[in-house]
Amino acid sequence: MKTLPWLHPERVALLEQALRQRILILDGGMGTMLQGHELDESGFRGERFAHGHDGHAHAHEHPGGCDLKGNNDLLTLTQPAIIRGVHDAYLDAGADLIETNTFNSTRVSQADYQLQHLAHELNLAGARVARAACDAMSAKTPQQPRFVIGVLGPTSRTASLSPDVNDPGYRNITFVELVDNYTESASGLIDGGADVIMVETIFDTLNAKAALYALSELFHQRGARLPLMISGTITDRSGRTLSGQTAEAFYYSVRHARPLSVGFNCALGAEDLRPHLQTLANLAESYVSTHPNAGLPNAFGEYDETPEHMAGTIGGFARDGLLNLVGGCCGTTPAHIRAIAEAVRGVAPRALPAADQAEAA
Amino acid sequence: MVRHTRLSGLEPLVLTPELLFINVGERTNVTGSAQFKKLIKEERYDEAVEVARQQVENGAQVIDINMDEGLIDSEAAMTRFVNLISSEPDIARVPFMIDSSKWTVIEAGLRCLQGKGIVNSISMKEGEAQFLEHARKVQQYGAAAVVMAFDEQGQADTCARKVDICTRAHELLTRELDFRPEDIIFDPNIFAIATGIEEHNNYAVDFIEATRELKRRFPDCHISGGVSNVSFSFRGNNVVREAIHSVFLYHAIRAGMDMGIVNAGALTIMDDIDPALRERVEDVVLNRREDATERLLEIADNYRGKRGAAVVETLAWREQPVRARLSHALVHGIDQYVVEDTEEARQLSTRPLDVIEGPLMDGMNVVGDLFGAGKMFLPQVVKSARVMKKAVAYLLPYIEEEKLRTGETSKNNGKIIMATVKGDVHDIGKNIVGVVLRCNNFEVIDLGVMVPAQKILEAAIAENADMIGLSGLITPSLEEMSQVAREMQRQNFHIPLLIGGATTSRAHTALKIEPHYKAGTVWVKDASRAVGVAQSLVSKELVEDFLTKVRADYADVRERHRNRGPGKQLVSLAKARAQPFRCDWAAYQPPQPQAPGLSVFDDYDLATLRPYIDWTPFFQTWELAGHYPAILTDAVVGRQASELFQDAQAMLERIIAERWLTARAVIGFWPAAGVGDDVEVYSLLPSAEGKLLATLHSLRQQADKPPERPNLCLADFIAPKEFNKPDWIGGFAVTAGIGIEPHLARFEADYDDYSAILLKALADRLAEAFAEHLHERVRREFWGYAPDEALDNDALVAEQYRGIRPAPGYPACPDHTEKTTLFALLDATAHTGITLTEGFAMYPAAAVSGWYYAHPDSQYFVVGRIGKDQVEDYARRKGWTLAEAERWLSSQLDYDPE
Repeated sequence: MKTLPWLHPERVALLEQALRQRILILDGGMGTMLQGHELDESGFRGERFAHGHDGHAHAHEHPGGCDLKGNNDLLTLTQPAIIRGVHDAYLDAGADLIETNTFNSTRVSQADYQLQHLAHELNLAGARVARAACDAMSAKTPQQPRFVIGVLGPTSRTASLSPDVNDPGYRNITFVELVDNYTESASGLIDGGADVIMVETIFDTLNAKAALYALSELFHQRGARLPLMISGTITDRSGRTLSGQTAEAFYYSVRHARPLSVGFNCALGAEDLRPHLQTLANLAESYVSTHPNAGLPNAFGEYDETPEHMAGTIGGFARDGLLNLVGGCCGTTPAHIRAIAEAVRGVAPRALPAADQAEAA
Repeated sequence: MVRHTRLSGLEPLVLTPELLFINVGERTNVTGSAQFKKLIKEERYDEAVEVARQQVENGAQVIDINMDEGLIDSEAAMTRFVNLISSEPDIARVPFMIDSSKWTVIEAGLRCLQGKGIVNSISMKEGEAQFLEHARKVQQYGAAAVVMAFDEQGQADTCARKVDICTRAHELLTRELDFRPEDIIFDPNIFAIATGIEEHNNYAVDFIEATRELKRRFPDCHISGGVSNVSFSFRGNNVVREAIHSVFLYHAIRAGMDMGIVNAGALTIMDDIDPALRERVEDVVLNRREDATERLLEIADNYRGKRGAAVVETLAWREQPVRARLSHALVHGIDQYVVEDTEEARQLSTRPLDVIEGPLMDGMNVVGDLFGAGKMFLPQVVKSARVMKKAVAYLLPYIEEEKLRTGETSKNNGKIIMATVKGDVHDIGKNIVGVVLRCNNFEVIDLGVMVPAQKILEAAIAENADMIGLSGLITPSLEEMSQVAREMQRQNFHIPLLIGGATTSRAHTALKIEPHYKAGTVWVKDASRAVGVAQSLVSKELVEDFLTKVRADYADVRERHRNRGPGKQLVSLAKARAQPFRCDWAAYQPPQPQAPGLSVFDDYDLATLRPYIDWTPFFQTWELAGHYPAILTDAVVGRQASELFQDAQAMLERIIAERWLTARAVIGFWPAAGVGDDVEVYSLLPSAEGKLLATLHSLRQQADKPPERPNLCLADFIAPKEFNKPDWIGGFAVTAGIGIEPHLARFEADYDDYSAILLKALADRLAEAFAEHLHERVRREFWGYAPDEALDNDALVAEQYRGIRPAPGYPACPDHTEKTTLFALLDATAHTGITLTEGFAMYPAAAVSGWYYAHPDSQYFVVGRIGKDQVEDYARRKGWTLAEAERWLSSQLDYDPE
C-alpha cells in the first residue's frame, strides 16, 4: 500500500531532517507558567464569559453556571496574549517544538465546566496561537525551524478502568464516545495548522487507542496525514501505566499507528523514567521522546527539581543514546528547557534502528 | 530477518520461534464449552471470569473469547466479559483473542482492548472488498488477525485450496493494505476425521501439508487452528480425544503450526499415550490405512473413563489417611494429588500454617533424614521439593489471609540470601543447594545470576537475612567473592558468609576470602553438606563452637600454606623456556584447513548431537558418583541413577522433538606462527604474509621437571615464525542453550525445580556434545587432517584423537580474558548469540569455546602454579599492570601478591 501522503510534506521533510541531525527540544510546563499570572475567576472568564457561559444558546441551559477558574485551556480564548507569551518564552529558551494549550480541550473534559460546545473552537484557536508564535520565531531563526504539536490529552475518564469498585465491568465512557471526542478535537488542531499531533499523558492505553483510531479515520477521510507522537505515562514506581501495562506492552499496543515518536511524560521525574525509556530505546522503530516532570512533587505538591539537576540527568540519557526529543512536563519552566537544550547540544540523537534490526530486537 | 509478532495484554507476548507453540485457551468459548455457555446465559459472570483465570493459570498464553450463541446478546456479552476480565490483572496480563463470526461482535470486543490482541477471524467469504475493509479496521484497532481459509466458494478442505486461498489473502493484505505479515495468522481449517465418511479421512493430512507449504511460502506468518474439531467424532471419550489431539499436534507442529486453540490444562504428552492406542491414533491422523477408523473404534471403548497413560503404580497408598498420603507423596516425589491432599489436610487443621508445620514438614523431615543417611539422592530430593513447593503455593493465599487476621507468620529455620556473583552465569549447583535448604525449612531468597555485591548486601539487610550464600563456577568469580567479603566487612555485616561452587575450595576460602571478613566464612563442599552447615549457623547452641572450629581449621590451612616446603619450588621462566616442547620444525608439514576462515552453524540438529553426550559429568551435577554406564547398575546409587537417567532421556526426547533448544556454533581457522610464548594470528588475504589480526598469549609450566619432560606452553604447538611454515590455528564457540529461558520460566512457574535443573544440566551436556562432535568434524572435514578417523564415543571421551581443543579459563590456558580475542576473531556473539559477561563467563551458560591445535603431538596439560617472573612477563605482553595480571591469574600464583 498505499500509505497516505503527508498533509504538509515540506514541514515533515524539515522535521525529519532536524531529527536526523540532533536531539530536538520540546517545550515545558504550561500550568506552571500560567500560575505565575495569578489569574482570578474574572481573569479566566475574560470579556467573553464575564456574564455567563457564552454568547451561545447553551448558556441559558445552565443559568447558575460554574467556576471557570482553573480551566487553563479556556485562556487561549480569553487571554490569548498570555498563552502567546508562554509559547514565545519557550521558543526563546530553544524549543524546536511547542505544544498547544489544548490538554483538556475535549468535549468530555470541558463538560466539567459546562463548556463542551467549545471543544472544536479551543483546539482551532490553540493551534493557531502556537502556529503564529512558531512562524514568527522561524522567521527570526530560519536555520532552526519551529513546529506546532497539536496536543490530545487523556480526558478525565478511562475506558478500561471502572470508577465503581463494586462493579469492575462498569465504564463511564466508551471507546466510541472517545473516538467522537478525539475526532472533534483533532479536526480543530489540524484546521488550526498543527504540524504534528501528539497523544500524550496516556494513563489508559485504551483511551489512546481511541485517539489513534479517530486520527486514522480523519486522515483517511482527508486523504492526507500528519506525523503522530505518542507519549505514555508510567504512574508510579511499579513501572506500569495506570491501566496496568508495562512499558513494552504499552509500546506494542500503540505501535500500529506507526508513530513518528513514542515516549513517556509526566508523573515521574527523569531519573525514575530511565528504565522505561531504555525499554523503548531498545525496541522502538520510531524516534523516542520524553518530557518528564521536574522531579516528584514535594510535601506541598510543588515540583522543585532545579533546571541544572534535571538537565544533568537528561544529559546522561542523551549521552547514553536514549533520546531523540526531550522537554519538560509539570513544574518545568523556560529555565529548565534552556538548561536541557544546553545539556544535549552536540550530543548525537539516538539512531533509528534499521527496519530489520528493530524487528529482531 | 524474521519479524516477530508483538502482542500485549498488560504484559508483552513476542512470538519468537523459541516459544514453539502458542496455547490459546479455548474454554471461554460458548460454542466449545457447554459449561461456559450456561454461565453466560445465566449471567453468572463471576464464575465465567474464573474460567478465564483457570485457562491462564493452566498455561494459556492467549485466551479465546467467543459469545456466538443465538440466545445471547453477543455484542453486550462480549463487551461485559472483556471489560470484566480486563480488570483482573492475572487474566489481563495475556493478550485476548476476540472470536466471532459476526463482525459487529468482533468490533465490540476490540473496543474494550487496551492491549494488542488477535481477531478471530476475517476471511474472503463475503468477497475481497469486505475482507479488506475488515482488515483495515483490524489495523486501526491495533490487532493481529486470524485469516480463515474461506472464500466466496466456501471453506477450503483440500490442501491445494487451503494454500491457494491463504496465498490470495496474504497478497491482498500486504499489497492492497500495509498489513504486517507477522500479524497474519492463517487458519487452514481443522475438520473432524474418523467420521466414517471416506472423504474426511485425509482432512488432518490436508491441514498438516497445507501448514507445511504455507509456512514455507510465508515464514513470517503463523498457522493456527481449533484443535478439538479434529476429534469431534469421539465426543464423550476424552482419553481418545486427547490422544488424537496430541498426535495431531505433534505432526502439525513439526510441519509449522505454531498456535492453536486448545484446552491448555488437558494436553497429553505423546510419550504418555498407551503405545497400542498411539499407533491406531497415528493411523487415523496420518490416514495410513483404509481400516484405520475401524481399528481405532475397536479399541476406543477400552479407554472410556480412564487416563491415557497405562497405570502401573499401585494406588494402595491413596487409601491411607491424609497425613500418610502427604508423607508418601513427598518421599516419592509424586505431585499428582498434592493439591487435593493439601486441601483435605487444611480442612482438618485449625490454621493453614499447621499443614506446613505438621504433615508437610514431617514428610520433608523423613526426606531430610533419608538424604542425610545416604538412602536418598539429590534428584529424588529435588522431586520431593517440587511436591512441597506445590503444596505451599496452594496454601499461601490461605496463610496470607490468616496473617492479615492474626498477624501470625510462619516460623522457619532461618533465612538465606543466595546469588551467583557478578560476572558469572552458572547456577545449577546454587539452585540445587537452594532446593535442599528449602526442603529443610530454610527460607531461601535467590537473587539469580550475575548479581553485583551491593545488591546482595542490600537484599540481606532488607530481608534481615541470617546468612549469605555465594556461588560461582569460573575462576574470576573467586576474586569477586573475595570482594563481596571485603564489602561485608566494610559495611559492618555480622552474618555468616557461605561459599560454594565448582572452582571454590577450602584452601581458596581460607586463604583469599575468610581473612577479609570477620563474622564467619564457611566453604560448603556440596549440596549434601549445605544443610548441616546452615543448621549449625542458625543454632544458638552450635554456632560459636562451629565457627571456632572452622576458623581454627582455616588458620591451619593458611599456616601450612605459608610453611609449604621448598620441594615444590618452581624453576625460573627463563629455565622453563629453555626446556620447551621439541619438534623437528624444519621437517614438519602443517596440515592446511579445507575450510579456512569462518564457518557458521545455525540451528544444528540436536538429534545428531545426542550420541556424543558424555553422561558421567551429568551424574556428577546431581552428586551421584560413578562412571556411566556402570553407574546405572551401581549397588548404592544405581536405582536412583537409572531413574534420573530415564527422566533425562524423556526430557531429551522432548527437547529434540519439540525443539526447545537451538544449537549454534561458529568455527574458524587462521594462519598462525609461534613467537615465544605467544601465537600470532594473521588474516587469510590478501598478501602471502597476511595482516596481523591478533596475538594469543599463553602461559608456560614452571614446575621443576627432568630434562626429558618439557615445560609445556600452548604456543609450542604452533610452528615458530622463524621456520616460516604455513601453520594454522583454529577457534570455536558453540552453544546449545539458545531458547532455554521460556522453558525454565514455565517450569519455575509450575514450582518444578527438578525439571528446571534437569533441563539446564541437559543443555550443558548438549553443548559439550556439540563441541565434541564439531571437533570430530573439524578433524575429518573442515581442517581435514584426519579424514579417515573413526572413533566411538568412549574413544572420543578418552581423547584418543589427533589435536586438542583447549578452552580459555581451563588448565592449559587458565586466563579467561583470552576469550575476548577468541570471540573477536570468530565474531562469536553475532554468529551464535553467546555473550561474554564482565567476568568472561559465557551466556547462555550451556556454551563451550576454545582453540583448535592440529599438531600430532599436541596434548592437554595443566599450567599449574607460575612465578612472579612469568606474571610480570605476561603482564607486559598483555599490556596489563602487575596488579591486573595478579587479579586475573590469582588462582595460578605461586606467591602472595602485595
